Amino acid sequence: MSTTATTAPQTAPLATRRRWRLKPGWLVLNSNVLLTFLFLYAPIVILVIFSFNASRQQAVWVGFTIEWYEQMIRDERVIAAAKNSLIIALVSTAVSTVIGTLTALALDRFRFRAKTAFEGAMYLPIIVPEIVMAISLLVFFNTSFNLLDRWLGLTLKFGLGTITIAHIAFSFPFVAVVVRARLADFDRTLEQAAQDLGANEWQTFRYVTLPLLMPGILAGALLAFTLSIDDFVITFFNAGIGATTLPLEIYGRIRRGITPEVNALSAVLLLASIALVLGSVLLQRRR
Amino acid sequence: MALAERVETQPERPASLAARVVDWIRRRSGVKLSLVLGPGAFWLVVFFLIPLGVVLAYSFASRGAYGQVIWRLTLENYTRFFDWLYIRVFLVSVWIALLTTVICLVIGYPFAFVMARVPRRWRNALLVLVMVPFWTNFLVRTYAIMLLLRNEGLINSALRWLGIIEQPVTMLFTTFAVVLGLVYGYLPFMILPLYASIEKFDFTLVEAAQDLGANTWQVFTRVMLPLTMPGVVAGSILVFIPSVGAFVTPDLLGGGKVVMIGNLIQQQFLTVRHWPFGSAVSFVLMAVVLISTMAYFRVGGERRV
Repeated sequence: MSTTATTAPQTAPLATRRRWRLKPGWLVLNSNVLLTFLFLYAPIVILVIFSFNASRQQAVWVGFTIEWYEQMIRDERVIAAAKNSLIIALVSTAVSTVIGTLTALALDRFRFRAKTAFEGAMYLPIIVPEIVMAISLLVFFNTSFNLLDRWLGLTLKFGLGTITIAHIAFSFPFVAVVVRARLADFDRTLEQAAQDLGANEWQTFRYVTLPLLMPGILAGALLAFTLSIDDFVITFFNAGIGATTLPLEIYGRIRRGITPEVNALSAVLLLASIALVLGSVLLQRRR
Repeated sequence: MALAERVETQPERPASLAARVVDWIRRRSGVKLSLVLGPGAFWLVVFFLIPLGVVLAYSFASRGAYGQVIWRLTLENYTRFFDWLYIRVFLVSVWIALLTTVICLVIGYPFAFVMARVPRRWRNALLVLVMVPFWTNFLVRTYAIMLLLRNEGLINSALRWLGIIEQPVTMLFTTFAVVLGLVYGYLPFMILPLYASIEKFDFTLVEAAQDLGANTWQVFTRVMLPLTMPGVVAGSILVFIPSVGAFVTPDLLGGGKVVMIGNLIQQQFLTVRHWPFGSAVSFVLMAVVLISTMAYFRVGGERRV
């Protein structure tokens, strides 16, 4: 099979040799790559294309229109959902970036009792199925709201607050993992150098450690933002009545029937997250 | 020590308030640790571990006539799970997740192989192309599959236009649709760890094996596969876990006809309002995930020896 391509003599660069050897094995492998990319991208591309289709019957192309996008912008429910999504994502990104970075520092720089247990527990939100986390927060909020109502007469409701708390809970471990990866290959002699030159601990952190960690922290923040903007399952169980986000709005509309407006809305969310990824890739390349 | 003294004797700049606060904290390592670790520990305990504990407690409680939770301890939520109705849901979920994992592996391994062997300057581009779908909205991507598969969708229209079929083929709301949706959703989870481990593989070992008379198949099964097993294990776990607990995919692409554990949990919490039973099912799902993860690691570990 393909492995025969690697038997080229060591003297010739493998890449250039391979280009001239179109063996059947490589053809199969390369068509696998092409088909996989087709599989990954065709559905998304088709969705975007058909969001510009003038026909309500989406299988047939009738003509180009931006009518669905215009309707979407004028739709107050969509605007409200978009606003909610943004507020939740910004707050949860800010909080989970700070908490995640601190946690990464604690795990990297400190020794404390039950460190292994804490680490294990921190990876749990990443491993535990989303739906289990969703219902556990639902049960927790519901129970504690009932107790607060009974004991203190304090009435709390599901809404933006519960969604944001839930988003922070599943985002900050991801930030911690990303920042910790950056800390793992951190050159500590730079910090020692700064302290030798008279910087105190705060100055060392502020002017040496933090700037060097910044790419990792930014990558973590972008991850947290994307996770929050995209989340459906956990939001679905913890939104209560009245608070919708973009994914909840899309889900509700899909359940009611497929319309071109949903396509437009989905396309916008899709392109927004693609822009976020490409942004983060460029950001990391620049550094 | 000499250095420290030198620092001390330098003319002191007026320290900012923040600096003075930080300096105070610095002298108490316990305070410092709790400030750095505190927020994360708080969030983890209050909004993750305690909620899980509450669910565990609920799974031993009973349901009242109106869906309220009654604190009469019982095991019946767990024994009830052994009803064939629920065992079936459980088996279907595991079967679908396994199928998804195997298909991802079969597509992902050769893909990762090519990625690891193309000239270096292409690798990053390919990596980004794999990552993009992985970062885009899962719900929307599931919806995109829905658009393709439905009776009035593009695939059926194309087949009818080509004259291959007369009546639309039902693809939506079948096991096929659910597996397709899961493979579509989680394939990048398989490719990325496989790529990481194949890229580290030393390809001169292939030549060594061939010099010793191994054929291509033997080279693959005896040399390459065992050495890239960590990637296979990691990728399989990353695909299996979200697949077995999937909710959105069976909900939209299964349409109530393919019911997985995730749908059962959602039903118990939002429709039937039997929270104790829903809690028990959630813990069974957690157990499946943890046990299969450990089992897989063990198998992967033995194969490497």
